[in-house]
Amino acid sequence: MQFQTFSSPHTRRPSSVDKVMLQVILALLPGVLAMTWYFGPGVLINIVIATLSAVAFEALVLKLRRRPVMPTLYDLSAVVTAILFAIAVPPLLPWWLTVIGMAFAIIMVKQLYGGLGYNPFNPAMAAYVLLLISWPIPMTSWLPPAVLSTNPLDFMQIVSAIFTGSPPTGLEWDAITMATPLDGMRTNLDQGHMISEIFQSPVWGDFSGQGWEWVGNWFLMGGLWLIYKRTITWHIPLAFFAGLTVLAMIAFLFDQESYPFALFHVFSGGAILGAFFIATDPVTACTTRKGQLIYGVAIGMLVYIIRTWGGYPDAVAFAVLLLNMAAPTIDYYTQPQVFGHGDNHG
Amino acid sequence: MYVESSKGKIRRLWDFHGGLHLPDNKRQSLQTDLTSATMPARLILPLRQHIGESAIPLVKPGDRVLKGEKIADNTAPVCAPIHAPTSGIIKGIEAHPIPHPSGLNGPAIVLEVDGKDEWADLPAPINDFQNVDKSLLLQRVRESGIVGLGGATFPAAIKLNPGKAIKTLIINGAECEPFITCDDRLMQGAPDRILNGARILQHILGAEECLIGIEDNKPDAISTLRSHLTDDEPIEVVRIPTLYPSGGEKQLIRILTGQEVPSGGFPAQLGVICHNVATTAAIADAVLEGRPLISRLVTLTGEGIANPCNMEVPLGITAADLIEQTGGYTGKSSQLIMGGPMMGFNLSTDQVPITKGSNCLLAPSEEEVPATGSALACIRCGRCAEVCPVNLLPQQMYWFSRAKELEKVQDYNLFDCIECGCCSHVCPSHIPLVHYFRFAKTESWAKEKEQLAADHAKKRHDFRIARLERLDAERKARLRKKKEDLGKKKPVKAAAKGEDAKKVAIEAAMKRAAAKKAAQQSPPKNTDNLTPAQQKQVDAVDKSRAEASADQE
Repeated sequence: MQFQTFSSPHTRRPSSVDKVMLQVILALLPGVLAMTWYFGPGVLINIVIATLSAVAFEALVLKLRRRPVMPTLYDLSAVVTAILFAIAVPPLLPWWLTVIGMAFAIIMVKQLYGGLGYNPFNPAMAAYVLLLISWPIPMTSWLPPAVLSTNPLDFMQIVSAIFTGSPPTGLEWDAITMATPLDGMRTNLDQGHMISEIFQSPVWGDFSGQGWEWVGNWFLMGGLWLIYKRTITWHIPLAFFAGLTVLAMIAFLFDQESYPFALFHVFSGGAILGAFFIATDPVTACTTRKGQLIYGVAIGMLVYIIRTWGGYPDAVAFAVLLLNMAAPTIDYYTQPQVFGHGDNHG
Repeated sequence: MYVESSKGKIRRLWDFHGGLHLPDNKRQSLQTDLTSATMPARLILPLRQHIGESAIPLVKPGDRVLKGEKIADNTAPVCAPIHAPTSGIIKGIEAHPIPHPSGLNGPAIVLEVDGKDEWADLPAPINDFQNVDKSLLLQRVRESGIVGLGGATFPAAIKLNPGKAIKTLIINGAECEPFITCDDRLMQGAPDRILNGARILQHILGAEECLIGIEDNKPDAISTLRSHLTDDEPIEVVRIPTLYPSGGEKQLIRILTGQEVPSGGFPAQLGVICHNVATTAAIADAVLEGRPLISRLVTLTGEGIANPCNMEVPLGITAADLIEQTGGYTGKSSQLIMGGPMMGFNLSTDQVPITKGSNCLLAPSEEEVPATGSALACIRCGRCAEVCPVNLLPQQMYWFSRAKELEKVQDYNLFDCIECGCCSHVCPSHIPLVHYFRFAKTESWAKEKEQLAADHAKKRHDFRIARLERLDAERKARLRKKKEDLGKKKPVKAAAKGEDAKKVAIEAAMKRAAAKKAAQQSPPKNTDNLTPAQQKQVDAVDKSRAEASADQE
């Protein structure tokens, strides 16, 4: 009798890349819903625009590269990139900026390097930084969270703002937008206010801006679930928070009126999203355990440094991209000791 | 971790990095009692059933051989002899499918069984093994053709002569591969053979302790062996946690002693020697009964096999004959694996014989061994590194293997990979990582060989250039000297004796021509400077050539 032959091992654990990506998407859901609750349906519209354009660009490039289109689309990596990008940008971002962002992320950052697995930079963050530098105004025009909004926009007003790029009729941008907690804190500090003074304002919650901290909370839930499901490990998130909070605590202890406490930094801006969902992107992160700790700590510290002394109120994207560059080198110098190479020879 | 070994002793265990908890699937082949295969009409005995040099046949077609008679051997240092598993007539020595991942044929002795099962005169049992010369025991182990039966098939006698002081003898009863149960069956069915073998090995090696390591998913084997131990002997049966690949030699040594065999080194460097339980039992048979290695236990399992079981089978029986005897196939499997699902290899045909290293025939169904989709891109998730028992970074090795950057792969310690398959098993992109690493290894070996050949050629070339230059310089020096000599002679004298000089010159020229002709007739050959043995061969060839040309004339 004749038989088929394969290479050993013959058994496989039933896991696959698309399941990994699907878990990431599921873990993002609570945070996405919280964002929609606080910032309106613009969040979901952005996700739809980003996903459709990301998938379209991915299919286009795969066609041009003569690679199988459907199997690659099924790995859902383009969808994850799209969602991460869409929840990082303001909910009224004009649609064409989202499309430009996705074109850059998928074509330039991902596929030109060889597609999934070969891109040295996180595509969502690279696109975010491109837009932030090129179109700083729309990229920083955030809506106030619903709890603080006296006169929230209705669905059609949001749709029209996204698709026309101009504020709803009769309204000015200034009237409908509001600074993010990080931005607000920074502006106030620059104006010479003390932190105890700044926190008098009703926009603040327990740790950070009202609404914002709850979004952070839900992303935290999703992130912890990913660790529980072993889709990611604790190393990068924990190291990220360690790097961020240690610096923040030192500065806070040094001057409590000029440097906000550590949890403010954790629950503001993209820290939680970044720690669990962006810095943990395995393709662009460090792959050795020791390397991941270094990578996480370095991102956390850079986030604090740029937020506090740099030119931008938030810094997760910059910090992640900088460490993406360093990842291969960190990996090289943090190789684990291979069995039989140590001095444990009795 | 601490466990209680036999006799209530508390013993510390160590762990190794990574490893996998696999569904063990051992139950299927343990449902029935151990049986013996009936002798087929014909046995196929490959000349190479061990690591090392092939054995050379000692028989020729037409010879009648008896059971246990040595039929092939080699004087090379790493080799094990092969014995006839039953009596019969040698039919031929021919190329035959052999159990090898390549699927290629290899030379094998074909034995036509006569059904009489008539024993040859076996060497006398050595019951008093503690009081005989150790070299006698080593000789017995060697002559009995015993090799590592766990699958490595390294000649056992060599491992028993390590040239170093041995403190610990480890008997490997871990049997960590899923599906395989032949060692379990042996431990349950023949504890005395194993323990006697351990005693013999311990005596030969002078080891102060002997540890039998068995995974805790084999409680019956553990209790059986423990109950057969005597109270005051330094042999302990140690229950170790079930974790693939704890049965790997280096992993088991780590678990039991906490020591790591140095990369590229041998256990003996640590004062440890490790033998499989089946090897140990075979050594007991050889020493205490004089019986050479002519049969072994084989597990037949998987949903593709009608009646999963363990069988004592004669070496040389084909997989087809064996499976036929147990009730044939169920048709639920499209593949046949020799060995386990993690490290076994696929057979392309069931016409291959069972050899010394064949522990299992596995015909898994689609549910037991699901087909994997095509490989996707590596997302560097690092799960492979998490489970690697050697603590390698398979994701990095894969990256460089793919790019054929062989030196980089070696930087990442490619040659420490034991090909256990854990990394491929967990890869969410279904990348056949082990396959890539095997490829990188063979490529590296090929390249190394090429490099050696190139270095050799370059050396020869450089030497040739140097020689030509030297010859040229010598020639020039001679010419110059001649010129100078001529210049010193008086031209007047030469003119006076013009006639004579001419004559001399002509004679000299003729002599030179003759010498040149002679030289052309016998140019330097590569047969110069031969050893007497080679010269003898050359002479024989020349003689037969001369005879042949004489015949033609």
